[in-house]
Amino acid sequence: MGTETLKYVISLSEVGKLLGNIKGQGFHVVGPVLADGAIIYDTIHSIEDLPSGYQDEQEGGHYRLKKSTGRRGERDALFRYTVGPSSWKRFLFPPEQKLWKAVREGKSFSIESPKEKPPRYAFFGVRPCEVSALKIQDKVFCNNDFQDKGYAEKRKKSLVIAVNCTRSVSTCFCRSMDTGPKANGGFDLALTEISDGKNHRFIVEVGSKKGSKLLKGIDHTLAERHDLSSAAARVNSAKRAMKRQMPKDAAKILSKNSEHPHWKDVAARCLNCANCTMVCPTCFCSTVEDTTSLSGDVAERWRRWDSCFTVDFSYIHGGPIRRDSAARYRQWLTHKLSSWHDQFGTSGCTGCGRCITWCPVGIDITEEIKALQKGGK
Amino acid sequence: MAKNRKPKLAVWKFSSCDGCQLSLLDCEDELLAVADSVEIAYFLEASRAEIAGPYDISLVEGSITTPHEIERIKKVRAQSRALISIGACATVGGIQALKNYRNVDDLIMTVYAHPEYIDTLTTSTAIADHVTVDFELRGCPINKEQLLELINATLNARKPNVSQHSQCIECKLAGTVCVMVSQGKPCLGPITQAGCGNVCPRCDRGCYGCFGPKETPNPAALSTRMKELGLSDREVKHFYRLFNTGAPAFHDEGNAHE
Repeated sequence: MGTETLKYVISLSEVGKLLGNIKGQGFHVVGPVLADGAIIYDTIHSIEDLPSGYQDEQEGGHYRLKKSTGRRGERDALFRYTVGPSSWKRFLFPPEQKLWKAVREGKSFSIESPKEKPPRYAFFGVRPCEVSALKIQDKVFCNNDFQDKGYAEKRKKSLVIAVNCTRSVSTCFCRSMDTGPKANGGFDLALTEISDGKNHRFIVEVGSKKGSKLLKGIDHTLAERHDLSSAAARVNSAKRAMKRQMPKDAAKILSKNSEHPHWKDVAARCLNCANCTMVCPTCFCSTVEDTTSLSGDVAERWRRWDSCFTVDFSYIHGGPIRRDSAARYRQWLTHKLSSWHDQFGTSGCTGCGRCITWCPVGIDITEEIKALQKGGK
Repeated sequence: MAKNRKPKLAVWKFSSCDGCQLSLLDCEDELLAVADSVEIAYFLEASRAEIAGPYDISLVEGSITTPHEIERIKKVRAQSRALISIGACATVGGIQALKNYRNVDDLIMTVYAHPEYIDTLTTSTAIADHVTVDFELRGCPINKEQLLELINATLNARKPNVSQHSQCIECKLAGTVCVMVSQGKPCLGPITQAGCGNVCPRCDRGCYGCFGPKETPNPAALSTRMKELGLSDREVKHFYRLFNTGAPAFHDEGNAHE
């Protein structure tokens, strides 16, 4: 059908209409909003909720959001910031989730499943690295051996409106992971913003039939060559500005260097606070906790995010397997970049850079890999 | 516990501000259910009635700061099936453990009009330094949800869901934006045990470490970062010398910046 190659132009006001269309179809729209000095993902009701004119500055352990005072095009732009501390996994794989409830009935008990109907999410403003993160989590939660029903159901019903990046920050390294700054499939619609101070418009790429239907009633024209080249130039500038790189053979470096002395070096700096795993858009580890009513007549089982950085995570009879910080850091990095390939046929990293920015002490995984490579096998 | 009677609960106070035992009274919505599940046998903050021991559960608040308290905690232990120490005072000596760094006679002379009436030890120490403790519930003050969970788990003979991981995990589960990364505010969260409900970061402030060190903390790495953020050695030291200054990880790191 070739719809995936069709590209249109819509104006800023039509983006507002598009949001209205999505909402009108009964979707719970989640998108970028301003909260506590950062861009996070939360419910949005209209285009007015989108933060306009903001730019982020990111470094290891450092994030600042600023209102742009530059050219008009920058001041008006809706998507000149990159990714913040939250990711879409929060909605598909919630931080805390009730799995079931048991009620005592005499000498027996009955089990009740949660009755809440999962919402139909529309994710608005999904960056290319995040589209990749969704694809990776799909492999984790919706594969042949194991299916997480809650995730699968929500994912199947969800809409993905991607936004290609026209700006990158110093912690971005999607270029070296081949996951951005332009989305390659995995979306219903993908927008590229052209905010040049004159004609604020968006290139829309249609990625699915669902996406195509969303354009009904939206004033859209076929993109002309100058629109496309302007959009491409913007995405390219984000790409060129990206200096940080993940070594191509990270998987091999890690699988060969499990006994490298550098693990002790990074452990001396690592707080094992688990922030990296919490902000990672693909980390999927969880634990379950059982609760009871005081009388003991009702019990519930809850699932919540856990991390390979906690001691309890590897606790088995006799004690935890990974007692020291070096072992836990090695587990995280090796799984993410090496054994993930064996398990899921892909890297677990998308190059979003969140783990670098939100590490309170700014540990940089790309640098750790390089250090392992230097003195290693 | 025998099925035909309710377990007996006692609440004891040592050197403390009473804030932690008040958390039990603060369980307004759940208090009736608690009172229904246990016999509140000794809880002077709530009732003058005293029922003699032994007790199934003893909640102990406060630190040991006088010779008399050393004797009293032994008596409490002797008549308690499960002894649970609650709050920073009981678990590490509390804010009053700051006296451990000073000459006590000088302090007494400075503070009291009649120093001759004061009979105190030179240190403020945790309950576990004197008797065997079955569980330590952290916090200054403790979190009432955690207290309820602990009582609940004890009554139902299961492991309490009281995590020892970092405050950061609690912030991230709640979706609270990191104040250290996004604003450069010093925060003890990465080395502090979760459980307070991320009270301070939610209000735009760094964590003060009220719940004490988390499992396998790395304060040295955090101090390095705090100094990069502009804190002096003195300020770093004061960060550790708060309510949990008696906890070895905080105590040692505070001393390292002396």
